[in-house]
Amino acid sequence: MRTLTKYYFDYAATAPLDPRVWRAMLPFFRHQFGNSASLYQLGHRARRALDGARQKILEQLGGPGAEFIFTGSATEADNLAILGAARTLKSAGNRIIISAVEHKGILAAAAVLTVEGFEIVTIGVNKNGLINLPQLAVALNEKTILVSITLADSETGTIQPLRKIAALIKKFRRARRQAYPYLHTDATQAAAYLNIDAKHLPVDLLTLSAHKLGGPKGSGGLLVRGRLKLTPLIYGGGQQNNLRSGTENLPAIVGLAAALELAGQDREREFRRVKKLRDYLEKMILKNIPKVILNGHPVKRLPNFLNVSILDIEGEAMLLRLDDKNISVGTGSACNSQTLEPSYIIEALGRPYEYIHGSLRFTLGRGTTRTAVNYVLKHLPPIVRDLRQMSPLRLKLTDRKKLISLPQAFVGGKTPHFTRRKK
Amino acid sequence: MINIKKNKTKSAKPEVISRTAGSWVYSRIVKDHFFRPRNLLLQDPAAGQYNAQGIIGSPACGDVMRIWLKVDPATDRIKEFRWRTFGCASAIAATSMLSVMVTERGGLKVDKALAIRPQDITKRLGGLPDRKIHCSVLGDKALRAALNDWFKQTGQYQRVIVEGTAIIDPDTKVTEADIEEAVIEGARTLNDLQKKTKVGIGNPACLPKAEELLRFYNEKYFGGGN
Repeated sequence: MRTLTKYYFDYAATAPLDPRVWRAMLPFFRHQFGNSASLYQLGHRARRALDGARQKILEQLGGPGAEFIFTGSATEADNLAILGAARTLKSAGNRIIISAVEHKGILAAAAVLTVEGFEIVTIGVNKNGLINLPQLAVALNEKTILVSITLADSETGTIQPLRKIAALIKKFRRARRQAYPYLHTDATQAAAYLNIDAKHLPVDLLTLSAHKLGGPKGSGGLLVRGRLKLTPLIYGGGQQNNLRSGTENLPAIVGLAAALELAGQDREREFRRVKKLRDYLEKMILKNIPKVILNGHPVKRLPNFLNVSILDIEGEAMLLRLDDKNISVGTGSACNSQTLEPSYIIEALGRPYEYIHGSLRFTLGRGTTRTAVNYVLKHLPPIVRDLRQMSPLRLKLTDRKKLISLPQAFVGGKTPHFTRRKK
Repeated sequence: MINIKKNKTKSAKPEVISRTAGSWVYSRIVKDHFFRPRNLLLQDPAAGQYNAQGIIGSPACGDVMRIWLKVDPATDRIKEFRWRTFGCASAIAATSMLSVMVTERGGLKVDKALAIRPQDITKRLGGLPDRKIHCSVLGDKALRAALNDWFKQTGQYQRVIVEGTAIIDPDTKVTEADIEEAVIEGARTLNDLQKKTKVGIGNPACLPKAEELLRFYNEKYFGGGN
């Protein structure tokens, strides 16, 4: 098992639990097991721990009057932000603006809202992964109640200009003298490396996940700044200010608070350390392997993300060959997903399907070492050579523009199965 | 004691394929063929080295299989099966396994090879997850495409196998899909089309229909500009 964690390059999927977080959580699995709603001492201790965790998080992120709702995942927090805000504000308007590179937790919640009579406007991204700001400015209208743009997407790690977006929305609100549209961002991938406090990231709603920060799985939360009163998703005993009923998962909550605190302490140092390793990995892959292209923004990108398309070969095959060397990576290839659809995020960058099938995602983290990076650089090129020898394709980088519309790809009306299903 | 022994032998079933069953996502046989593919074409072939070729799939969909065959005209046996595949581990393993099935024991007779069904390949691989079955489906299609190529090249038009598309010329078994493909590859005139497909060579009655399709697909892919 040790070797599997050594060459782990999928921190965007999840990260190992930090031992310091584990130690903070431990008492709440054991003798401090009380329910925070109970009046006796044990309950009171649980209440204190809960309030302490919330306080710790608000101190880091808050801004005046903020509240934090603990959830079972970042997906739940995304759902609560989108569904909860929309249902509260439905008398004010029905337009919700999102981007094409949002997490499925946003996209699927938005799809639910279309059934409830809301209008979802999806803003595209440019080739480099950055959101089309003019398109966003045009889409804002008096009916717009909510805008949700991720801080950094989960496939390429491209960092969106949230401060610019916030300024745009603030100006719009001021001109119309109204409190909405509210701005939500999913900071799940970005929180380990970017400052997400009120000063640096002036958004109204913010989604967090514990397990991408070295915290436990099954723990996330939604920060709400300002006076927006969300409509809950879960009803019951009225816990968490009536916003999320159910006995609070205290170990998970304490774990999230501890993980966020550690992330805050290490953020700048880890940013520099990981970026150096990532830049080296990127440089050497592009140098030593022909016909590789970078997906996402070359500079405005999380320091731990490297997403490349390696032409003529398929991502799942590369992933399994790398796994044979105990290297764990991600891919946007259709073959790797349960739905057999290629990554919609890389597709949003305008990449042809041929490129998406050959995409590999390396995401680094706290445990990534120089040795591990060198190990990848040693094993990746022969794997690519080997699989290319097996492949009948000889795509050219210059084919980039015409590939996707190339009729040869669809002989006999055989369009790709994933586009057929969409219609 | 006897019962326990019995149970033990009973439980020695072929490998069950599931993500939870083993340490690898596919069966041991798939893994073996994925890491040590058999009959792979390493060097680009010289002209005439193989006497039939077939390609199926598209890079956009994520799978392309290309195979080269050497068929012995005297015995009607497939003596060599070489391939290249773009695709996931199961697509690579399925082509490799098919190449073994076709060439083992002195090579299958052409008709026997054509009778191989996707499920035969899957079975020999020790099973595939449901969502990966199409990889083995592509394998038998690629083989059929190559054998059709062999039939056409050797004038055995009656043996050409056609499916899922209309036959335009009953003599040469040219289909609508063949005409579409020929147009995409550059056929603009009936002459071009006949060079590529042999449509209507012995059966001029089908030419009006062939011309109609030629115009239709030219308009579809290249129209609008003139």
